[in-house]
Amino acid sequence: MRLLMLCTLIVLVLFGFIFWDIFTKGAGALSWEFLLTSPRKGMTAGGILPAVVGTVYVTLITAVFAVPFGVATAIYLNEYAHDTSGTRLIRAAIRNLAGVPSIVYGLFGVAIFVQGFGLGASLLASGLTLGLLTLPYIVATGEEALRNVPGSHREGALALGATHWQSIHSVVLPEAMPGIVVGALLGLSRAAGETAPILFTGVAFYLRYLPTSVWDEFMALPYHLFIMSTQHHAIQEVRPLAYGTALILLGFVLLLNLSAFFLRARYRKNFR
Amino acid sequence: MKITAQQTDRLAAIVFKTAGWLSVVVLLSIFSMLLFNGAKAFRTISPVDFFFGLNWNPAAYGQPKFGILSLIFSTLLVTLGAMLIAVPLGIGTAAYMAVFAPRRVYRLIKPVIELFAGVPSVAVGFAGITVVAPAIAWVFGLNNGLNALNGAFLLALMSLPTIIIVAEEAIRAVPPTFQEASYALGATPQKTLWHVTLPAAMSGILAAVMLGMGRALGETMTVLMATGNASAFPGGFFDSVRTMTATIAIELGETAQGTAHYYVLFAVGAVLFGISLTINIISEKIARRFRYKI
Repeated sequence: MRLLMLCTLIVLVLFGFIFWDIFTKGAGALSWEFLLTSPRKGMTAGGILPAVVGTVYVTLITAVFAVPFGVATAIYLNEYAHDTSGTRLIRAAIRNLAGVPSIVYGLFGVAIFVQGFGLGASLLASGLTLGLLTLPYIVATGEEALRNVPGSHREGALALGATHWQSIHSVVLPEAMPGIVVGALLGLSRAAGETAPILFTGVAFYLRYLPTSVWDEFMALPYHLFIMSTQHHAIQEVRPLAYGTALILLGFVLLLNLSAFFLRARYRKNFR
Repeated sequence: MKITAQQTDRLAAIVFKTAGWLSVVVLLSIFSMLLFNGAKAFRTISPVDFFFGLNWNPAAYGQPKFGILSLIFSTLLVTLGAMLIAVPLGIGTAAYMAVFAPRRVYRLIKPVIELFAGVPSVAVGFAGITVVAPAIAWVFGLNNGLNALNGAFLLALMSLPTIIIVAEEAIRAVPPTFQEASYALGATPQKTLWHVTLPAAMSGILAAVMLGMGRALGETMTVLMATGNASAFPGGFFDSVRTMTATIAIELGETAQGTAHYYVLFAVGAVLFGISLTINIISEKIARRFRYKI
């Protein structure tokens, strides 16, 4: 019992220390200038606006691809599919996709989207790559949300003469929606923090202009943090900027996470 | 022409079925892309040199070396190191949370662990550079702490949330009657935990460990930032290492498309994919086998 408490305490102290370190040291770098301007003087001064904008854009593109496909797959698996070998194959594929290392998605993005489809290094190629990475997560959480809708509700709709699709559309989906949104937010927060899949599919070291179309390269918060902490020519000098970037990245990702947690907590309360 | 409800219904069924099969298509195309591109590497490099070569030195003038063994060994070193740290800590924490933690304490701990699961790997790598590496250098009297130990420690942090969350669920799933029977026989809480609860939850705990291991094995940015990336064959935890993931991340950007080096990186990716797929399949097998027993 004491041993177990010690384990828990060690874990909490380690996690807490990392949060605390980034929050306290990052807070010193924060200012409106840091948030709203571009890097200057060889990235030793100025802000991170292009990285923030790039991360928001690429996450939106990821959502456009991953959410509809993920939710549709979840609907198929939970509402249409019977327990056949085909369904088992789909489920196995999704489970294994979830375990594929993110750098392998990066390789896939380079070979298929950047070169194969000729999209070049672009927001679109990165968004598609991150979309594939997020897909299994959204399918899994979406399926769980659909499973929690009682079967009697579907039967009630069908008994009133609704078609299968009408019962899904007007009864099942509205009930499962909070759960689906929670899963999508968590999946997208992961995508927003990923670096390896965008490394070769569209992210850039430094860009003078904000991206104007999905064909442009972009800067991103996680890659910017990587650059500022390992590749910069004056690493010690830009450490405060790196801490600031880490704080904004962590803040962005945790905000998505927290909103998902609150939504989930509220939804559970309403249900009971 | 007006579309009837029946026609919409049929259309919806087709749309959803297509979406469902998409994931199979994606997995198969990732698999075949890796095999296809990876196989091209062996037009110029012998498979024996690749799979059994100890040296990885693509830049060597005239005689580039593409031996994957040092990369595999580096990956295993940091991954197993991470498991040595994370497995006892993770299972201990999971057992405390599932069995002993008072409700109020539990409500404080759980969100911290769930939030940490969401921390991006670059942020963990950053903490490795700024906090953990200097600490390791100071404790062991080294010049710098960017080595396998640093990588193992950080990967342990990254896999801990997965291990804790899945293992806790497994421990909670043990029927309370098991524990009540043990208490009725006069066993102490400790004895009950070690001899009844944990063995009964073993399948789920093993699955948790395998999932955490899969996560550590496939991590890229953390090890890329925090292990020093020397490509020499590592001798121990104080040596700098370069994992398979980090090698792909470092070299793909500076390699021209269509060269032997380019295709070799896909072959490395294929090996990585194969290893993580194997771990996935094993963990599923374990979970299924034990479940039927109880």
